[in-house]
Amino acid sequence: MADGAAPVLDVRGLTTVFHTRQGEIHAVNSVSFTLSKGEVLGVVGESGSGKSVTMMSLVGLLPSPPAEIREGEVLLGGQDLLRASPAELSSVRGAKVGFVFQDPMTSLNPVFTVENQIIEPLIRHMAMSAADAKARAVELLDLVGIPDAARRVKDYPHQFSGGMRQRVMIAIALACDPDVLIADEPTTALDVTIQAQILELMTQLREKLGMAIIWITHDLGVIAGIADRVMVMYGGQVVEHAPVRALFHNSQHPYTRALLRTIPKITGAREGRLSVIEGQPPIMTSVPRACPFRARCAHAHARCEAENPARRAVDGKPLGQGHDVACHWTPEAENA
Amino acid sequence: MLTFTLRRLLLAIPTLLFISLIIFLLVDLAPGSPMSEIPLTVPPEVRQKMIAALGADQPVFVRYILWLRQFFWVEPAYLLDGWFGTDLAGDQQRILSWQSRSPVFTVIGQRIPQTLTVIGTAYLVGILIAVPIGIYSAYRQYSLFDQLGTFVAMIGFSVPTFFTGTLFIIIFAVWLGWFPTKYDTTLEVTDWASFIRQMQQMAMPVMVLGLANAAAISRYMRSSMLENMGQDYVRTARAKGMTERTVVLKHVLRNSMIPVVTVIALGIPSIFGGAIITENLFGVNGIGAALIGAIHASDLPMVQTLAFIFAVLIVGFNLIADILYGFLDPRIRYD
Repeated sequence: MADGAAPVLDVRGLTTVFHTRQGEIHAVNSVSFTLSKGEVLGVVGESGSGKSVTMMSLVGLLPSPPAEIREGEVLLGGQDLLRASPAELSSVRGAKVGFVFQDPMTSLNPVFTVENQIIEPLIRHMAMSAADAKARAVELLDLVGIPDAARRVKDYPHQFSGGMRQRVMIAIALACDPDVLIADEPTTALDVTIQAQILELMTQLREKLGMAIIWITHDLGVIAGIADRVMVMYGGQVVEHAPVRALFHNSQHPYTRALLRTIPKITGAREGRLSVIEGQPPIMTSVPRACPFRARCAHAHARCEAENPARRAVDGKPLGQGHDVACHWTPEAENA
Repeated sequence: MLTFTLRRLLLAIPTLLFISLIIFLLVDLAPGSPMSEIPLTVPPEVRQKMIAALGADQPVFVRYILWLRQFFWVEPAYLLDGWFGTDLAGDQQRILSWQSRSPVFTVIGQRIPQTLTVIGTAYLVGILIAVPIGIYSAYRQYSLFDQLGTFVAMIGFSVPTFFTGTLFIIIFAVWLGWFPTKYDTTLEVTDWASFIRQMQQMAMPVMVLGLANAAAISRYMRSSMLENMGQDYVRTARAKGMTERTVVLKHVLRNSMIPVVTVIALGIPSIFGGAIITENLFGVNGIGAALIGAIHASDLPMVQTLAFIFAVLIVGFNLIADILYGFLDPRIRYD
């Protein structure tokens, strides 16, 4: 994927802090990644690992206060979104960056028709007339596989099932042909058969439309099915980043390995218990000076307490393009 | 929706009949007699004849049935006769006030316009002030504006209208001399000068009641906006790149109005009920003042009829609120 062309999205050193009564919460700590045209980047991590906050920080979707984006650059087509005014940001959202959220049951406005909600971004960003936008709304619903789109477009969200509502959300996100689609756990709230349908639909749409996708999930199975590259997040930082095959076959970070072990196996001998990672993800109350995973890590040693590991390349490629990991420990050291 | 409305209207009949019985009995059982104003020097047998002439010596259920017949049959007939010049009512007995010996509905017809102009305007002013305040308070929660709004609303809530009313009279009528202390019901608006005078005499009662109404409604508006502001669909609207204006005034407001419109609709009967205290304070000769006068004079037909009209209005506006709810919220369908 990284074929030398300039990436669509280039995030460097993004740091987001929440101001709370108990002090600062460092939710995102110097996160960097790139996204090329037509690529699917999977973002994995437990709840509270900073996945969603990272992506919402990109386009100013976090309420401020309490959120403050302290540092970093977010380059989208050469424009630094963190230096953009709120008005500029609102013309990026929905136009160049589309969002699909987790819960389709609550993400659509219950009192407006689906048509009304699809034509809004078309009229705002594409300067379409209401009539053109309505015609486009029917096309979009058709595109995301809603049968009888011309009639269903006049329906209200409550008249659709969960899976169908998520398709409507996808139609809204894709309305203005965005360069980047951010899918924040889009299948988590759906049952498994519907999940598969939505995954299938997204794969098709990517081939047809060629947008880049950031797919946030905590389901590694979903990642294996859709992503080109994977970024594992923990404690608000990137702990491992790799092409999808490398991640599954040669994971370096103890956290990634632990995550992979938690996937229940349906073949082989039946294990007594499901595998879990003991403990809770940390709440970062200051700039991390130690490895955030040390308390739950089997390989933790003195250095992990003293120094927060920086990302280092595993396969010799530049950081963010190949396989890299933020850990002091190496599997090779263990084997040696 | 039509089936629902018809069903609800049919259900309203037994409800109203029951309410009418309760009202009739309560008023009838209350101490006091229509003769309590008559001097004690009037001999008992004359007194007895006067009571018989009023029909007040009949058993209570006879009087109840007759009153019901008058309310639901005779009075509407008179109303239709008045509108279309027909002669449905003939010379049947109307509900008469014991106090004034004139038909109760004539008195009500005279009083209602005063009440509607003053109290109705106050309600409208209250809504027009409260809705924008509620919206902005919620949008800028805990800002100086919100704190101030909360403070003023608390005053509007907790300070009774007879106090604010008296205070306003002292400040604006006595000290500043801007407005008259008493409302002149005989004033007719015919030209610009009389219109100005009408506005001046309405100003204080409208302010006093408007403040009290605005206090309650702005609180409802604020909390309803706050509840919706954090919803997922608001994030979706922002993610679509909608301007703050569209996000707040379209997506959030439309959802927040649903409960507020219901509250506003349910409050309308209280306009007809008249703000009894305010009407008395400013001398607005409206329906509330009529009710108080009738209670003082033990004018049972007047009290019973007025109380029952309020009950009808409350039942009616409950139904209207339910129907409005169905229009505002597409998730609610009654059929």
